[in-house]
Amino acid sequence: MSKRLFVKGNEAAAMGALEAGCRYYFGYPITPQSDIPEYLSRELPGLGGEFIQAESEVASINMLLGASACGKRAMTSSSSPGISLKQEGISYMAGSELPGVIINISRSGPGLGGIDASQSDYFQSVKGGGHGGYHIPVLAPNSVQEMYDLTMHAFDLADLYRTPVMVLGDSVVGQMKEALVPNPRPQRELPEKDWAVRGKGGGEQRVVKSLFLGDGELEAHNWKLHAKYQVMKEKEVMYETYLADDAELLVTGFGSVSRIAQTAIAMAREEGLKVGLFRPITLFPFPEKALAEAGIRAGRVLVVELNCGQMVEDVRLAVNGKAEVGFYGRPPGAGSLPSPEELLDVIRKSCARI
Amino acid sequence: MEQVFKRPVSLKDVQTHFCPGCHHGTIHRLVADAMDFHGVQQETIGVASVGCSVFLYGYFDIDVVEAPHGRASAVATGVKRARPDRFVFTYQGDGDLAAIGTAEIIHAANRGEDITVVFVNNTTYGMTGGQMAPTTLVGQKTSTSPYGRDRKKDGSPIKMAELLAQLGGVAYSARVAVDSPKNLIQAKKVMREAFGYQAQGKGFSFVEVLSACPTNWGMTPLKANARVGEEMIPYFQLGIFKQEGNE
Amino acid sequence: MARIEIDQLRCKGCGLCTIACPRKLIQLCERVNIQGYTPAEAPNLEQCTGCALCAEICPDVAITVYK
Repeated sequence: MSKRLFVKGNEAAAMGALEAGCRYYFGYPITPQSDIPEYLSRELPGLGGEFIQAESEVASINMLLGASACGKRAMTSSSSPGISLKQEGISYMAGSELPGVIINISRSGPGLGGIDASQSDYFQSVKGGGHGGYHIPVLAPNSVQEMYDLTMHAFDLADLYRTPVMVLGDSVVGQMKEALVPNPRPQRELPEKDWAVRGKGGGEQRVVKSLFLGDGELEAHNWKLHAKYQVMKEKEVMYETYLADDAELLVTGFGSVSRIAQTAIAMAREEGLKVGLFRPITLFPFPEKALAEAGIRAGRVLVVELNCGQMVEDVRLAVNGKAEVGFYGRPPGAGSLPSPEELLDVIRKSCARI
Repeated sequence: MEQVFKRPVSLKDVQTHFCPGCHHGTIHRLVADAMDFHGVQQETIGVASVGCSVFLYGYFDIDVVEAPHGRASAVATGVKRARPDRFVFTYQGDGDLAAIGTAEIIHAANRGEDITVVFVNNTTYGMTGGQMAPTTLVGQKTSTSPYGRDRKKDGSPIKMAELLAQLGGVAYSARVAVDSPKNLIQAKKVMREAFGYQAQGKGFSFVEVLSACPTNWGMTPLKANARVGEEMIPYFQLGIFKQEGNE
Repeated sequence: MARIEIDQLRCKGCGLCTIACPRKLIQLCERVNIQGYTPAEAPNLEQCTGCALCAEICPDVAITVYK
């Protein structure tokens, strides 16, 4: 068992990337994620990698596109406004079926907003933030350990499905320090990158592109991407439950807010309230089946988010009317992060109505 | 008798979609000629931009990555950093490079990325139907400057070759034209020289090539070709604005 | 004596070769090719020196030159 380190979430993500074999990083400063480029600017040169602080987030996602087109494991990171700037590039990568990891340590918005924790980028992340109706896997860590592990996993998903993958954290998960066990990279069977450009070298011409103008060509391409999403839904869903088996109220939340909810649930249990937690780890593919099962069994679901209500829509879709779905949101901003006591109060009220 | 003029090996033997008299075709051949001259076809990765030249992979027999509009020099940066042992060039129009892609080209040049950028300046947005571009001449009518480009409102045309020559990272920056045999022969030499800078790892090289656009200028091919010499060259002077190693 | 061949299908009748030829040996013909263009032709090649300026200027690489 490798030794435990005491590390910031942002740095854990960068460490996870290096352990996953990422040697190319292109980024741009923005609070609250700048520790990631700072860390990688120190580490990559010594590993024979390439670090570029680009002139903008737009340039950095396109540099990622270029390096990925050559078959290299590459990454970029930013925070909400910067992620908005990258959406066009992400859409091109999805359309060109290019792997790559994009870390969003989201901050509050809209506009300049603030630098506090926020989950307001949920829709942008899981519903395909750029043009053209694509999806990308979105992983939501709620601890420093998961910032490390899920970043490594993101690289495997990217290569397995030839797609960009997003790690969606926020300023709480990114800025807090916790113990980290830097596990070795999991060994996985990954497909050969026989599509990567490399200079013909006497072989066949290879082209990485997303333009398809032939009759029916782009429709077929869209269905091909869609089929990948179905496979992801079957094979790549990740979630975690806590005291959910006998729960009569299932609290549901991802990322940092799930940590607060877990404390509130433990306190509620001490008051004899049968409350449990369902935490989606993959926001896409969304754990529809598992959530529906647990939610219907409990009979009532309480969705908690650091926004005005986004994931709650997917929860309602999953439960499909077969259980009551309540919502408690704290749109992000200074002083808006709910305390466990505040959540406990909401839980009490939700239970009182049973 | 022996064949004295051949199609470059790097250029596919296919019909192009370019309009009659459009110089893209000639410029494609000069780029292919330069690749053949330096023997780099098999190790080249081209980066296509979005514009009339978007089908780069259809005409060059090389590996190609398609970049979003304006981002080719950033994509090429990622490619060259990932494969420094490969030959990397971008081929971009004036809308792509001098408007939406200005930040990307200036910073790729300023970083001195070891790539070659071929920039086709035809003073308009060709593919989208002849709108005003950053290189549109003052007074020139386009579909979005119907009363002629107004210097007070639209500024004057951007001179990219001179602009980039100011940047420390740039090793070679030149402007050429292909509107006459004399200019064409010089253009061929410059294209080979620019590609040579990359082949010898001397840093960022840039070639701006003036081009006619008969369709969107509303002219016959011959009149459009004449316009390059009569109106464009006086403003967009031909020449080598930077050539490190032999100042 | 040198000779040129103009690919009648590939030529788009732009005429650039007609002004490039130092000896004005090339002109556009009346016929219309399958593309709808009137391709270039060089009916009289006695004066041709094989300088290949026509081939160099051609945007469609439609001219082959023999010397």
